[in-house]
Amino acid sequence: MTAIVENKPAYDGKELDLSGKSGARAFKNVLATVLIVAAFVIALIPLIWILWTVVSKGYHLLLSADWWSQSQRGVTVRREGGGAYHAIMGTLIMALITAVIAVPIAVLGAVYLVEYGKGTKAARAVSFMVDILTGVPSIVAALFIYAVWITIFGFNRVGFAVSLALVLLMLPVVLRSTEEMLKLVPDELREASYALGVPKWKTILKVVVPTAFGGIVTGVMLGLARVMGETAPLLILVGYSKNINLNPFDGFMGALPTMINQDRTELALQPAADRVWSAALTLILLVLALNLLARLVARFSTIKSK
Amino acid sequence: MSSPDGTEPPDRPAEPAASGGEPRIEDVVDTTGPAAVHFETLTDENDDGRPAAPEPEESKKKLDLGPVGHLGDRLFSGLAHGSGGLVVVIVAFVGIFLLALAIPSLADNNTSFLFSRVWEPGGSDPKFGIAALFYTTIISSIIAMLIAVPIAIGVALFVTYYAPRRIATPVAHAVDLLAAVPSIVYGLWGLLFFAPILLPVINGLSAALGWIPLFEKPIGDNVGVIFTISVVLAIMILPVVTAISREIFAQTPIAHREGALALGSTKWEMIRMAVLPYGRSGVTSAAMLGLGRALGETVAVMIILTVPNGNDPWNSSIFAGGETFASKIANNAAEFDTPEKTGAFIAAGLVLFVVTFLVNSAARLIVARSAPGAKRPRRNRRATEGASV
Amino acid sequence: MAKRIEVSGLNVYYGDFKAVEDVSMTIEPRSVTAFIGPSGCGKSTYLRTLNRMHEVIPGARVEGKVLLDQQDLYATGVDPVAVRRVVGMVFQRPNPFPTMSIFDNVASGLKLNGVKDRKKLTEVVEASLKGANLWNEVKDRLDKPGAGLSGGQQQRLCIARAIAVEPEVILMDEPCSALDPISTLAIEDLIEKLKDKFTVVIVTHNMQQAARVSDQTAFFNLAATGKPGRLIEMAATKQIFSNPTEKATEDYITGRFG
Repeated sequence: MTAIVENKPAYDGKELDLSGKSGARAFKNVLATVLIVAAFVIALIPLIWILWTVVSKGYHLLLSADWWSQSQRGVTVRREGGGAYHAIMGTLIMALITAVIAVPIAVLGAVYLVEYGKGTKAARAVSFMVDILTGVPSIVAALFIYAVWITIFGFNRVGFAVSLALVLLMLPVVLRSTEEMLKLVPDELREASYALGVPKWKTILKVVVPTAFGGIVTGVMLGLARVMGETAPLLILVGYSKNINLNPFDGFMGALPTMINQDRTELALQPAADRVWSAALTLILLVLALNLLARLVARFSTIKSK
Repeated sequence: MSSPDGTEPPDRPAEPAASGGEPRIEDVVDTTGPAAVHFETLTDENDDGRPAAPEPEESKKKLDLGPVGHLGDRLFSGLAHGSGGLVVVIVAFVGIFLLALAIPSLADNNTSFLFSRVWEPGGSDPKFGIAALFYTTIISSIIAMLIAVPIAIGVALFVTYYAPRRIATPVAHAVDLLAAVPSIVYGLWGLLFFAPILLPVINGLSAALGWIPLFEKPIGDNVGVIFTISVVLAIMILPVVTAISREIFAQTPIAHREGALALGSTKWEMIRMAVLPYGRSGVTSAAMLGLGRALGETVAVMIILTVPNGNDPWNSSIFAGGETFASKIANNAAEFDTPEKTGAFIAAGLVLFVVTFLVNSAARLIVARSAPGAKRPRRNRRATEGASV
Repeated sequence: MAKRIEVSGLNVYYGDFKAVEDVSMTIEPRSVTAFIGPSGCGKSTYLRTLNRMHEVIPGARVEGKVLLDQQDLYATGVDPVAVRRVVGMVFQRPNPFPTMSIFDNVASGLKLNGVKDRKKLTEVVEASLKGANLWNEVKDRLDKPGAGLSGGQQQRLCIARAIAVEPEVILMDEPCSALDPISTLAIEDLIEKLKDKFTVVIVTHNMQQAARVSDQTAFFNLAATGKPGRLIEMAATKQIFSNPTEKATEDYITGRFG
């Protein structure tokens, strides 16, 4: 370093070259920019393509009132008509049952991890189990419920069994997001509550959870959005019914993914193809609506994750 | 200040809490009971509602500092602990039940479960092995990852450092939108629209590299091959990997970036010097999580991948058909008629479970180990687990 | 209201680390007692032991006696939750509950402890806000979120919240350190007023503040880094600032160290 300093000539009056970088470096910079922009374009292609396919092929059935109010009862592959009411209801019912079971366990589990068990061995064990559950592929979850529900208990394939499998998939998602949200609640609020002589459970219920509420709801909706599009558990745990069946404990049940699956081998027939793409679009719209709702709730939530 | 989980000083005798060991606050507090009375006494003496009335006499009064009941805290704490325990029980159950059902079938299996490629689980001479399933699952997921990760890094860099803010946010949301598309839609689109355009790519690759068995093209123009599902899987895991990489890159400390720029580096050199090293572990773990997703993907694979004819010899080429663990199970859901057969599929499912778990653990280990950029931003988990539009 | 606090032989530990050593003092009712001393000398930690708030920190524990008018706060059968209803606390940074309106923030202590009578709540909220010199500023927007107030107003809201549960003692942990000078002045005026009815204990880094608001001052110091904090000297504020007994106190208040 001293050598550089000593060897540096005194000001020599020459102008510095500020015109730009040397050729190779500039070229690399441009090349990288091109590649990065190219990656972005490449990523957009399938997105636009898929959405275009589904929307252009599926939108027109969605415009009819029948689609939202009728089932496929008595409609054969070759015939037009009928709607997706049975499948939409099936998807919603199964998702609702899933949420009713998964959300309380997930939220309370997160409360345990953040408020009660923090730093303990037990909490680490629970956290590890959640990690395992996070990695369970949907087909394995379905297989497990099949093993318990059908092989061991001898029950029939019904919508409720699907919900049970979906619980396994939704639980870790909601638990983790709730945990993150509870962690974001400043300890000062807990202290403020304790300093007022409020017991712990009321502090959690009335101060901590309400503060994190927006984030928790967002997590729930994202979890729901994820399980709604699941097909594998439906294939294994419930048969597809073209009729309206609102009873998750008895008989086969329609659902949007299985409605798509039902006719996917008959796509050469226009009525079947229409139904498939319309069901796909309906499903995407449902998932999207949940996602948007989640965003909206997150925007108005009390604490921001950033 | 970390946890409100205050334990009482052990040097004092335990509160009259029922639970043994270290008494906790939650065991000894409640609002109902004497507390309410205590409050009432305080307010009654100030019934004009003024909390601050000077009443010297009162200060001589003995305060009730006794325990204020336990019920609410007991209940709630019990519920929370119970839920935590339930998670453990569920996972244990999944493991035990799957094992319990798989073991009898494995015991009756007349061939090597790990190394055989035969799959004939039923009948008097059950034979089933997972070698072929394992190969197809792993190779398709790895190719998917190899395709998705560079593109995801590119998109993440584009969003964080190249695109103007006005464009960056919509782009980020648009890529997230890919996660909102259900996998069955990917499957249909992949089979009907995307696979046909891959045919020239397949032909070109096999013409150039066909002397390697991996790239050898079987006779016929089948597009329902491993390579096709790899590309579709790549598209499917793109949003996850992009979302995590994006968050990590955006977190590169401004000091690192400005430090690099102050040395006179170009934008790309800044990214190579500051952003990429900082994000390396995060991106690696994102790639692993993407891999985990790809391994377990069921329906898209089931729809696109052609199941080879039982009499055909096994083909290791990525331009041939095949079956993954997940697609095998889903394709044969109708065959779960006897416990022996079901057990065979469950055994396969268990292997998938274990592989996915190992991959996910590796992802977590990488994050936990490496120092810079190791702390995953809080929202990442959500980004990985849920579609976010 | 307002009680005398007598502390004898108090040690505070974090795990194995002794943070505060052998503190004994008497805090007079209806007066303001200030704790001063350099950072890390344990004065905030010690303050928290007066309403057992230190117990929310894992591993924190206490040896010794804290008597509130002869009642030992650490006796067997004493519930920390009950203690905190009697000994309130105001924190360094204003921390109103973000999900609650101004009204609900003030009423929170009562509401969360089961008081539902709307009329009583309204009375208490008004009285507390008046007591905290905040009523005139917020009376038209009681249903607005507490987080929308300025920092100084938020801190007075927190004080209103603390006095709404009618405690005997109010502990203040550097209540003005996050505030601008004008808001600080408002809080200091308020403290002056609060001491008519409560026992007030305030931790402060600002010696002028201690001199302005307190009747008694306790000076804490630690011998060296890693050593526990100790009470060096406690006396009437006038005396501490004009004629301290200990050399260390004099050095500190004249700015020769710390």
